[in-house]
Formats: sequence, C-alpha cells, structure tokens
Amino acid sequence: MTTETGIGAAVKRREDFRFLTGRGTYTDDINRPHQAYGYILRSPYAAAQIAAIDTSKAKAAPGVIAVLTGADYDKGGLPCGWQIHSKDGSPMIEPAHPPLCKDQVRHVGDQVALVVAETYAEAKDAAELIEVDYKELPAIISTAKAGEPGAPQVWPEAKNNVCFDWHIGDKSATDAAFAKAHHVTKIDLVNQRLIPNAMEPRSAVGDYDRATGDYTLYTTSQNPHVIRLLMGAFVLQIPEHKLRVVAPDVGGGFGSKIFHYAEEALVTWASGKVGRPIKWTAERSEAFISDAQGRDHVSHAELALDKDGRFLGLRVNTIANMGAYLSTFAPCVPTYLHATLLAGVYTTPAIYAEVKAVFTHTVPVDAYRGAGRPEATYLLERLVAKAAREMQMDQVEIRRRNFIPKDAFPYQTPVALQYDSGDYEATLDLALEMSKWSDFENRRAEAAKRGKLRGIGISTYLEACGIAPSAVVGSLGARAGLYESGSIRVHPTGSVTVFTGTHSHGQGHETTFAQLVSDGLGIPLENVEVVHGDTNKIPFGMGTYGSRSLSVGGSALVKAMDKIIAKATKIAAHLMEAAAGDVEFKNGNFTVKGTDKSIPFGQVALTAYVPHNYPITELEPGLEETAFYDPLNFTYPGGTHICEVEIDPETGVTQVVNFTAVDDVGRVINPMIVEGQVHGGLAQGIGQALLERCVYDEDSGQLLTGSYMDYTMPRADDLPSFQVATHATMCTHNPIGAKGVGEVGAIGSPPAVINAVIDALAPLGVEDISMPATPLKVWQAIQSAPKKMTAA
Amino acid sequence: MHNFNYHRPSNVADAVKALGGAGDGKIIAGGMTLVPTLKQRLAAPSDLVDLNGIADLSGIKSEGDGITIGAMTRHAEVAASSAVKSAIPALAELAELIGDRQVRNRGTIGGSLANNDPAADYPAAVLGLGATIRTNKREIAADDFFRGLFETALEEGEIITAVHFPKPEAAAYRKFAQPASRFALIGVLVAKTKGGIRVAVTGGGNGVFRAKEIESALSANFTPAAAKGVKLDPADFNGDLHGTPEYRAALVSTMAARAVEAC
Repeated sequence: MTTETGIGAAVKRREDFRFLTGRGTYTDDINRPHQAYGYILRSPYAAAQIAAIDTSKAKAAPGVIAVLTGADYDKGGLPCGWQIHSKDGSPMIEPAHPPLCKDQVRHVGDQVALVVAETYAEAKDAAELIEVDYKELPAIISTAKAGEPGAPQVWPEAKNNVCFDWHIGDKSATDAAFAKAHHVTKIDLVNQRLIPNAMEPRSAVGDYDRATGDYTLYTTSQNPHVIRLLMGAFVLQIPEHKLRVVAPDVGGGFGSKIFHYAEEALVTWASGKVGRPIKWTAERSEAFISDAQGRDHVSHAELALDKDGRFLGLRVNTIANMGAYLSTFAPCVPTYLHATLLAGVYTTPAIYAEVKAVFTHTVPVDAYRGAGRPEATYLLERLVAKAAREMQMDQVEIRRRNFIPKDAFPYQTPVALQYDSGDYEATLDLALEMSKWSDFENRRAEAAKRGKLRGIGISTYLEACGIAPSAVVGSLGARAGLYESGSIRVHPTGSVTVFTGTHSHGQGHETTFAQLVSDGLGIPLENVEVVHGDTNKIPFGMGTYGSRSLSVGGSALVKAMDKIIAKATKIAAHLMEAAAGDVEFKNGNFTVKGTDKSIPFGQVALTAYVPHNYPITELEPGLEETAFYDPLNFTYPGGTHICEVEIDPETGVTQVVNFTAVDDVGRVINPMIVEGQVHGGLAQGIGQALLERCVYDEDSGQLLTGSYMDYTMPRADDLPSFQVATHATMCTHNPIGAKGVGEVGAIGSPPAVINAVIDALAPLGVEDISMPATPLKVWQAIQSAPKKMTAA
Repeated sequence: MHNFNYHRPSNVADAVKALGGAGDGKIIAGGMTLVPTLKQRLAAPSDLVDLNGIADLSGIKSEGDGITIGAMTRHAEVAASSAVKSAIPALAELAELIGDRQVRNRGTIGGSLANNDPAADYPAAVLGLGATIRTNKREIAADDFFRGLFETALEEGEIITAVHFPKPEAAAYRKFAQPASRFALIGVLVAKTKGGIRVAVTGGGNGVFRAKEIESALSANFTPAAAKGVKLDPADFNGDLHGTPEYRAALVSTMAARAVEAC
C-alpha cells in the first residue's frame, strides 16, 4: 500500500479530475442569494488630485444600489505586515492606504469609487456616469530616478520618495576585503518588474448576514486566515468569530494572492452597508493595474577576488521600487528575502548590502514567485559569471573553488542565515553530466555552421524557504508569526480528514498531504481527505507562500499524527492488555513486541468513538488532534541550472535548446508533483529572462504593457523539453526533511539563461545584456557589437 | 459592452438595408477585432449587422487561373483547403499562421481585409498576390484597396463578398511574430506573378505596402542574397516596445530573403 501511494510515489493528482473537467469551484463560481455586483472605478492617471467627485448621475442610473467613494468610507486602511528600520534606526515611512482614494490618486488603477448594482453591466454603465474632476500632477515612475532630488513626490512624508534606507552585513570587514583584492568585478543590473498573471483573475464576494451579524468573504487568496486577521482586526474592525473567510479553488497565485487587497475589504464593508451580498471579479485588464507586481530592483554590485579566484568580499547597492503604497509584505522582499541570500552557495567571508526602497506612481510591488531570492540569485550568478570571464577562469571551476563544502554544515553566512545542509558539488556534477557540458564546444561549432550563435550558461543557486522561526522574524520586523497548523480527525471507522492551514492553488496539496498522512497512519490513500481554505473549518494558519507548505504545514501534520499515534497506542495497549511501552505501530497495525498480538488502526479508531472497553478514567474518548509547528530555521533548497541557447543573428531570436535543472529540495513526497513545480518555475524564470517586462510610460505613468498584446507571457513553444532531476540532502530541522520546491525553478533559471545568451554573443565582444533578452535587444546588441559576425 | 440593436440578415441586400437604416451601424463578421473593442467600450455602435447568416458569402472555389474565397470563409477553412493548398500553398500557410486556433476558427478573410489592421497577415497575401476584392458594388484591385491605418477603399454600404487570388508562379510568406501578440512584427509575402515580382510587407507601419526596392532587386536577381542586400530606410517604419524602425526595416530584408528561399 505505502509503496504505491506513500512517500516517494508519483501518485496522480487527485484534484486534477475536478480541475480538468471544469468542476472546480472558484470564487467567481460562488453566487449568494440576492447577490449584487460591484465595479471599481479606477484612476486613469498616475498622479492627480481629486478636486471633486459627482456621483449623482451614476446613483440615478438603472439598477444602481449604491455608489461609494472615499468620502463614504469610514473604516481603516490596508495594513503592512512587515516593518523595516533604516540604517539610522528610524522606522520605514508607512503611508496611509485607504481602499478608496479620498483626495489623491497615486497610480493608474488606484481605486476611486465602488458602484454596486443589480448586474455587473449596470454597475459598469453607471461608473461611466461618475464625474471625477482630476487635476493631473507630475508622476515619478523610474526606480533609479525616484530618489533623485527634484523628482515628483509620491508622499509628502517620504522625502525624496525614500521608504527606508536599510543595510545588512559588516561594512568595515567588506571594505578591508576589497582593499586586499587582486581583482574586483563590477556589475550594474536591472531586475525588471513583472506582472504575475495568475490564470484566474482576483475575485471577492462579500456577504453580510443581518440575522446573525456575521460576515463572510469568499476570496481568491493563498491564506484565508491571514486575510481574516488583517481585514477583520485592522481594516473593518470585525472580530474573528463574526467573520469567515473562504478561499475556495484558486487558479494560481504565485504570491500575488497572498496580500490583503482593497477590493476584499470594499465588498465586505459595502455588503454590510447595503444589506446585499456583493461580487466583484477583476477583468484581465484590471488585473494588470491592480494585482501587486513583482521584482523591480536596480542594483550595483562588486565582487572582490584573490588571485586564485576566491571570493573575498561582496558589496551590493540596491534600489527597490515599492510602487505607490506598501503592499502587505513588500518591505521584507528586498531586505530579508534578498540581501540575506547574497552569500549564495559560496564562502564569501565579508558581505555588505544596502537597500533603499522608494515610492513611485506605479502599482504596488510585493512578493512574486521567489520574492527577493530571484533578484539575489540573478545578481550573484551574473556577477560570478562576469568575474570568471574577466579572470579567464572556467565557469565551473570558479564556482567549485568557492562552494561551501558539504562537511561545513551547519554553515553561518555573513548575512544572518545559517544553512543546515547541502551538497553543491553533487548537484553540479549531476547537472554537468545531464547537460553534456564537456561536449558543448562541439555543439557550438556545429551551430556556427548553420549560422547560429550557440551559448551555454550556468547558475549554482541557493534559496531560503519556509521563512521562520516566528521569534526571529518578529525581531526582524514581521508583524505575524510564521508557524503552521494541522488537524487530523480520525473518524470512527478509521478514515481521516486532514485540516491544514496552508492553501493549495495549484500545488497539489490534496495529493501530497494525503500521501504523507496515509503513509504515516498506514491507511489507504483513499481514506484520507484534505480540507483547506475555510476559516470556519481549519485551525488558524498562515497559508501558502515562500515554498513553505510541506516543510512547515506538512511538519504540523506530522506532529498531529504523532499525537494521534501516541493516544491510539494507549488504546491499543488497553485492548491487547499490554503495557503501552510494549506496543509498536507499523504499517497501520498495533502489535505487542514479541507476541503475535495485532490490531489494525481502524479497530482502535472505532474503540475511541465506541468506548465500551476503554481506559476511560485515563483517556478521553475520540481521536482528533491539532498541532502547530514553528520551524527552527528556514530551509535551504539549492542546485544547479544549466541553459543552452541558440541565437539567430539575423533576427535576434534566442531559442532555449536545452535546459537542465538539478535541484536539492530535500525529501520528495511526490516526484511527479515536484517535477511539475520545477517545470512551472522554469517557465516563469525563462519568461523573465527572455520575454516578460512590465513597462510604464516614464512621463505619463500609463502602463504600456497593459494586455497580452504587449506583455509577453511564456508559451509552450518558447520552452524546450526540460531535463530535471533532484538530488536530496535532508533538511535537518523538520521532521520530514523537506526543503520546498515551489520557487526553485523561478529562482535558479534566469541567470542561467542570460549567462547563456552572453556566452553565445561573447565571440562578438558582447559582455552584457539585460532581461528580458528580447529579439530586438539581442539584435541591437549584435548590431552594435565590437566584432562582426563572420560569414556563415 | 454597451447595448446595440442586432440584425442577422440572410442576404447581402438585406444587410445593406439594415446598415442604411442604422444610426451608427457596424458589420460584424468573425468579430475577432470588433468584439474585444466593444467589450473594452472603445466602440459603441447603435446597430450590429451580422453577416454570419448569409450562406452565400462562405466557401472556397477554383475559378479560372486562381482561387475565389468567400468573404465569410474562416481562416481555418483556408488553411485546410486542398484547393488552396494545391493552387497557392503560400496562402494556406499564411492562414495557418493567423492568431490562434480559436481566432482561425472564427475570424474571416473579409473581416480581416475590411478592418485592415496594420499588422494583419491577410493584407500581405492580397497585396502580394495581386488579388481582387469583390464587393456588392464592384471589383477592387489590391493595389487600390488598402489606404493606410485601418482605412480601405470600401465606401458606405459596401460589403466585401469574395476575394479572388490569381495563381502565382511561386509565392511564399514569412512572418516574424511580435513576441506578445504574435501579430506580424514584420510579415513579407514574395510572389512571382504574371505581372512580375510582388513583395508585400505587413507590420511595418501604417498598413500593408509593397517594398518596391526589394521587388526591383528580385526582378534583376531572384535570390535570397538579392533581397538581403536591400537596406530599407528606417524612416518609413514605425517603432514600439517590440521593434525599432531600424529593426523592422532590417527584418523586411531578412524575411523577404527567407520567403525567396522558400519560393
């Protein structure tokens, strides 16, 4: 039984029948009796004063129930969940973030009014009748220029648009390292802004019940309890016992559905005000200007090396764009999820990083698949590749020479993190072999005969997942705990319902967690059901992001199972008239050591609920346990990604011809799901490297890539058939050994791709290309290259 | 989408009548451009006259030395047509490159031509192959039909009924897709016709046009190198996020060379 469906088995996803046959229940599928519809009127300007709003015509339009503006809104603003302190000890600037703007709009898409009507079309028609008198103001868009004196100001309290000016590491030790360097490699990089583009646009249904005074919010969220806490306690002042948040099937999140959004608060608040359930669903164009966006860093970095290519010190200066407001977890992304990763897999002894966060008149930026770690990995792996070229060292050798050796764990980096395990040589060796690295020059020569420029690039990366422990993140500014919960309810006949605080929106938890519990309790997989996404059903939990679900949420389930087994063992001992210490649990059976006495798990479960022959004075009836797990540390997945590209010099088209990913994600429960997660991450990473880019007009602040006509999503024919493998070293501090897999693909791949593009163009003397390496950009690099193509 | 009156005539005469009686009437064929425009509220016609009920407007037939395609014929039908594939394979291949499967199953040749999107594929076929546009009023030569950005020679109340393509001696279309939309960033159709070499370019600027410099180079020497050797003036091309005028100009020569190679 366990061999076919237990830990390590490639069980097909149980949720797929539902999803593939269109039987999922997404937020927009939920319809409440007497439901009305909401439409949000959004700002067409990046920066403008609202001189006046006249809603009288809209209010008189057919079907309109209410037209609500900032003047009507009497509740709290959207909170930020992480507080960073600047170098000088001052707290970050935290501007007000009302769900409806009152006097000023600060990005295209900012919320100006909510129209509630009998139908969505009527709400939208009425919104056209709202007369807003905007006085347009100059806008600041550019990340690099936002902090310059004289730039238009987003917030009066944020001088020079600075939100915070933070640092980490030892400046003097780093300066000393540079002073004795044999060589210094310098690089300037832009990690471009991305738009998450989950397949399902955001949606929210607010439902106030007059009879009970209860509020229910159905929403596209990765963490319903977090939304209940933030919206209930900070925004609308609804106590938890009167507020239920349900995140049903959710069609992808990638981070963008972590955050508490204005629309969630607005439909909940307005439902109470008008006494009707209200549904709002984003149109795709709306998602482009209202979903939190990702990345957007401008960095300068310097690496000091000795004569043998050993890293002595690293200096990084990053400007991070926060957008117009602080989204829920925005401040931790460029700081504790970025700068703490700058040691990577290397023994660099001295690191100093400065991060300045700036406001601009753009959509807020927050965590997006990888969140800070792709930015750190891109910076480091571009820098290392450049250093190798400058010092005429082999790309593999420079990495090997600086790897943290596998016997050095636990390893303390100079930027706060302590890695628990890893074997970077092993993942590198396997990736080199799978990619036929040593044979590459033959392939380059063959491609040249066909008139193509072929290149290979490598990235040896590390990331940190399962952000924790709560006490540590609290000391770093988190305004929440980062544990996870799990409950296991054993039913009288031995089947089991699992309640998890994590949320599945594409990750396959209903399968993976069922395998974990089926394996742990020795019961068939089909006897396990996984419940998530409803605050009225599940214990308080923090949800799914940062590749935490298995390592943190799964560990909570293991702890709950431990409690179940401990109690069941006592019941079994009673039934078999043995001492509990002599009873063993294995493969679903309780046995007495040294005897042939054995009873199955199901019989113990039945006894717990029909306690006729039961140690009732010592044990309560029933078999249901809850556990909360607060990790001791982050987990540290890592590995090697190798990308091989071919460039058509006439058109500038870059084709990824081979991609090899060898990842150490710790214990694998379901290898098929792990492979799928890596594939998805690689698609997004390659998408960032070659295709995706969010562009605003620098003067007007209009989003130029506001639809799929201009924002290039990766498609199947942009991607090769991936070669992926895992090589596990176990996480040493959680009971599963799992490290997390959700983000590795998106973190490790972008520098591998760009390093490959630069390698392909290197014969022409090209040394740099920025993401995304579009056909236009590559063609321009070839046109302006120091050396010309030799005729094919 | 705003409200509109909907008409579904069963013949062209009734369609013209419905259009004439409307305050601000619009014809809908496949709706691949019009429907998104309506949904985004960028257009608000008073009436829509749907041509999908007019059976006569659809179909492909061999006629004389070429192929005649009804205005309401879907791209997918053209792509799959054995008559088109045997007479003008380049036209079937071009149709297969339009949009995605859904667009090809819905979009029509007449709709594409009447809309005259500057990055659409069909205008390159019509101009490059020297086709004739047939309407309810007259026949219009390709060289006279396209009048720049979303502008055509069609008059008020004039409806495209069919397009006649003469069979070329050889022809090929090469498309460089804009990475996001996959419309043509540059698409070039090269044809050897009875009247000489024709090279039509879409995606370059304010509408499809003939690249006369490449036509004369190819007339002298029909080789990829001859096409590649022509340097077009970037001033004649537009620029956007996906392509500068210089890039577009260079792509025309490259795509023309590849089309010549495929001829």
